[in-house]
Amino acid sequence: MALTNEHIMQRLQAKFSDQPIGFDESYGMLNITAPAAMNLKLMQFLYDDEELRFRFLTDLTAVHYPERKEEELCVVYHLHNLQDNVRVRFKIYVPVAKPDVYTATRLFAGANWMERETYDFFGINFVGHPDLRRILNVDEMDYFPMRKEYSLEDPLRTDKDDEMFGRG
Amino acid sequence: MPRPVQYNTNEKVKLVDMPEGYMGEGYMATSFDKVVGLARKNSLWPLPFATSCCGIEFMATMGAHYDLARFGSERMGFTPRQCDMLLVAGTIAKKMAPILKQVYIQMAEPRWVIAIGACASSGGIFDSYSVLQGIDQVIPVDVYVPGCPPRPEGILDGILKLQELVGNESLRRRGGEQYKQLMTSYGIQ
Repeated sequence: MALTNEHIMQRLQAKFSDQPIGFDESYGMLNITAPAAMNLKLMQFLYDDEELRFRFLTDLTAVHYPERKEEELCVVYHLHNLQDNVRVRFKIYVPVAKPDVYTATRLFAGANWMERETYDFFGINFVGHPDLRRILNVDEMDYFPMRKEYSLEDPLRTDKDDEMFGRG
Repeated sequence: MPRPVQYNTNEKVKLVDMPEGYMGEGYMATSFDKVVGLARKNSLWPLPFATSCCGIEFMATMGAHYDLARFGSERMGFTPRQCDMLLVAGTIAKKMAPILKQVYIQMAEPRWVIAIGACASSGGIFDSYSVLQGIDQVIPVDVYVPGCPPRPEGILDGILKLQELVGNESLRRRGGEQYKQLMTSYGIQ
């Protein structure tokens, strides 16, 4: 039997019946939402379960939603079941004031650099990460550039006179 | 069987003008400045620091069609220690800035810098958190070549402008107080 989105939903609901897990589907891909504290528990189940077998982490990144109060930062995991060729998206939300998320490096070694990148650009604090420091930007950078808190252009720049560009 | 002797008659080779001076039979007297300037400007050794598309234009400039060698820059030196002219062609990310500065420091005096293209000159379209807004934030620049990217003619023009600077540079400039202040302002000693 092919692994359908309905079947994944049923497995998860049966396992975590007491937890507020959200589901929706976009373009045929299942989207799972869960409380941030149980991200590892849920991914471990997706990994270990003999029917689900989501054992490959395709991508890990974050999104900033400034208008969502108390859940401004969203961490997104893309998981892949290589045997059935099924993918799911797993999202958790954390407040921007305290962006603590448990690290997935114990489960997926490949999460190491992806979490460093997510930390670099969004400032997600991956609790338990073996080496959480900037990976792409300069080490001296003291902000997280992909958060929607900053103007697109470099505010430190003095040589660009807006009037000269016709946008004064 | 006789055949005509062929050799380079130098008809097409253009020579630089002789500097001003006094000349008599068997001697010529001129100022040291002019002779050194003449020698320096017609044998600039380029060091390409090409990071993106301007680098491609620079390769065309070095190629047979545009032929930078006509102006005395015959060969690239891919080591800063042998070169006089640093050609920065392309976007310099902030993470690249210390490396560029180190390359500049490794060059021996006298040294000159050309910023080729909009990115090297001012950051160009990359008005962004990760891109250095012009290499003159980390090293002093002598000539800026505008364009995105500049045509090889533009790069040649920039090099000719630099040759003018080099030829007219006073021999005392690099030991002077003003030059020391310039270097100090960039944190280079």
